[in-house]
Amino acid sequence: MAKQPQKSTKKPDVDTTGHSWDGIEEFNNPLPRWWLWTFYATIFWAVLYTIAYPAWPGIKAATPGLLGWSTRANVQTEIEAAEAANAQINTQLASVELTAIADDPELRGYATSAGAAVFRTWCAQCHGSGAAGVAASGYPNLLDDDWLWGGDIEAIHTTIAHGIRNEEDPDARWSQMPAFGDILASEEIDQVVNYVMSLSGTPQDASLVEAGATVYADNCASCHMDDGTGDRAQGAPNLTDAIWLYGGSHETLMQTVTYSRFGVMPSWTNRLSEAEIRAVATYVHQLGGGE
Amino acid sequence: MLNYIKLIVLGLITLFALIAANFARDLAYLVNALIVAAAAGGVFLWVLRGIDEPVVKRDLSGEYMDGVVRAGVIATAGWGVVGFLVGVIIAFQLAFPVLNFEWAQGYLNFGRLRPLHTSAVIFAFGGNALIATSFYVVQRTSAARLWGGNLAWFVFWGYQLVIVLAATGYLLGATQSKEYAEPEWYVDWWLTIVWLAYLAVFMGTLVKRKEPHIYVANWFYLSFIITVAMLHVVNNLSIPVSLLGSKSVQVFSGVQDAMVQWWYGHNAVGFFLTAGFLGMMYYFVPKQAERPVFSYKLSIIHFWALIFIYIWAGPHHLHYTALPDWASTLGMVFSIVLWMPSWGGMINGLMTLSGAWDKLRTDPIIRMMVISVGFYGMSTFEGPMMSIRAVNSLSHYTDWTIGHVHSGALGWNGMITFGALYFLVPKLWNRERLYSLSLVSWHFWLATIGIILYAAAMWVTGIMEGLMWREVDANGFLVNSFADTVAAKFPMYVVRGLGGVMFLTGAIIMCYNLWMTVKSAPAVKSAHAAVPAE
Repeated sequence: MAKQPQKSTKKPDVDTTGHSWDGIEEFNNPLPRWWLWTFYATIFWAVLYTIAYPAWPGIKAATPGLLGWSTRANVQTEIEAAEAANAQINTQLASVELTAIADDPELRGYATSAGAAVFRTWCAQCHGSGAAGVAASGYPNLLDDDWLWGGDIEAIHTTIAHGIRNEEDPDARWSQMPAFGDILASEEIDQVVNYVMSLSGTPQDASLVEAGATVYADNCASCHMDDGTGDRAQGAPNLTDAIWLYGGSHETLMQTVTYSRFGVMPSWTNRLSEAEIRAVATYVHQLGGGE
Repeated sequence: MLNYIKLIVLGLITLFALIAANFARDLAYLVNALIVAAAAGGVFLWVLRGIDEPVVKRDLSGEYMDGVVRAGVIATAGWGVVGFLVGVIIAFQLAFPVLNFEWAQGYLNFGRLRPLHTSAVIFAFGGNALIATSFYVVQRTSAARLWGGNLAWFVFWGYQLVIVLAATGYLLGATQSKEYAEPEWYVDWWLTIVWLAYLAVFMGTLVKRKEPHIYVANWFYLSFIITVAMLHVVNNLSIPVSLLGSKSVQVFSGVQDAMVQWWYGHNAVGFFLTAGFLGMMYYFVPKQAERPVFSYKLSIIHFWALIFIYIWAGPHHLHYTALPDWASTLGMVFSIVLWMPSWGGMINGLMTLSGAWDKLRTDPIIRMMVISVGFYGMSTFEGPMMSIRAVNSLSHYTDWTIGHVHSGALGWNGMITFGALYFLVPKLWNRERLYSLSLVSWHFWLATIGIILYAAAMWVTGIMEGLMWREVDANGFLVNSFADTVAAKFPMYVVRGLGGVMFLTGAIIMCYNLWMTVKSAPAVKSAHAAVPAE
């Protein structure tokens, strides 16, 4: 092609089509060979590909393709292969004593990695992908050693299998703190909140603590125990450890005592297999706080 | 007499819109009805004021109709800045979710702003650019004034009304939930009317052309107008729940609806953002380079190949879904075959510059057009590649798709439009030259680096999250939770936002440069008259 810049009026080595639109002309250059042959090659490949794979629709069905390839069949095969590969160890996991899982290195390793996958799929939405829960939101941290319903493998397994305060599973863990707004005067609630705050730290108003102790003994000690350490059998939290499910500020505790709380966890019995529930229980147990 | 008919019609529209507003079932409909009433009422007053003015009959057939093109240029630049700004905001909303302010929930959160961004850049910025340049190009290359008198103005203002109705509707929650086709039924109906008027103006001008042949740019523009009309009507087939509310129900359901949506969605890219903008390229590149188009043969072959093949490629958006395998295969195959027809436009654009490559050093507008064609070539290679099922299984649903779209939209559509605006403004306002070429250079580099930051960040984060999603351990169990992949993307999201800021800054510099060109660049003597064919 010409090296120097050309005005459209000058004719280089190829002719134009002879038309000019608002000063624009068009060269009559042939199609670039590489362009044309690549275009042909893609068409040729396209024909072969549509013969090999399901492609052309007919009246009742499409051509299935010579390779017999199908996305649904492929994924089915992959799922079956994965299930077959783990079938034996899954059976073992579902049948051994829960407490024996941790003692078998192979079983423990398998259960932990399977449980991690289950956790990231089903549990992370509330408990966080790192299992640290969401502070002061009612979604407990599973990394610490503070357990509402028990932290040994069996207790964790029961909690996951049946959930907490759900309507769907008759075996769900169940307890309900009364809404003390209907029972106590607001001054009494203020007193008992200050007392509870004093168990693990500093009350907002130290002068109310003594009166609060009385209110506590009359209304709270039956579940949270005389010393405030709680009762796992009823899911009554330990009030002395400065770990708060919904937050430990005066305002939040006033809210909690006045209106009560009602955190719900679903039952997983019908959604996960026994092996999966055991796997995720093992995973949670080994996170750091397992007993 | 005609004016009285206009007054009656406009008065009735105003009245009915006010009645509709009074009985509106939802806020979006209420606000949209008030906007329609205000628009119709405003035009009513405007017609009324002019009703007894003596009509000065002047033969305009020898002059190009450039007022509407000027308006289109202003609208393009203005909507462009709005669209880019909203894009920057939502990019940072993704990086810093706290920017989804509590007080703005339901109006200015990511979900509401995202369609505002896509529609603003594609339809407001891109659409106005296409309408304005097509009106300019079809007149010049046909040596004829726009057909239909003020119908071109109706197209322009009618289209702006579509944009305002759509945008307010999105923020107030009116949406069909179809990507790039979010506006609800009454906006769709109005757009259909405006679009048919657009088709009439364009076709009418072609019919009365004084040149013996139709220039290649006009083939592309015409295919874009006709195909978008067809796509728009079919994809928006829906039944309003009530004539007094914004909600409507789609005629198609399930996978049929998805297929129609992506037949539309992919061809919105194919005909709106590719064919239409190729029309732009075929006029402005040879004009600015002052060189003939490289190959007439190539233009005709790649035109027909492009428009025939593009329309079948939509199913590649639905690989590995409920879509039957055969449709998925065909979508993929047609996408691959589409590679060379797409590249025909790139070859014709780049080779037109052969013999004028030295202009890249001296003319930043040519540089803009060249990089635009370069990005076009890159995106039209990347697209077919991503349509391959094996690649798609990694890239689908990841940010790679977002990067692909933006290297095309910012690189190809944005840059060619900027080049066209820089070409048009001095011509339309009779200025000797642009106010400042060095500001064009600034715009060029800001935009180019911005796009590269954007696209590179999205490639990295897209491939990363694709790999993280499919990562399994020795026992076949997933390693990452979804939230892990989101957390890992944070640095790339910040880089993407910065790229957007650079692109936006470039566009603002362009607006300033164009404004100063109109305001203070030296004028040339008017050369408006249509030149008949040689």
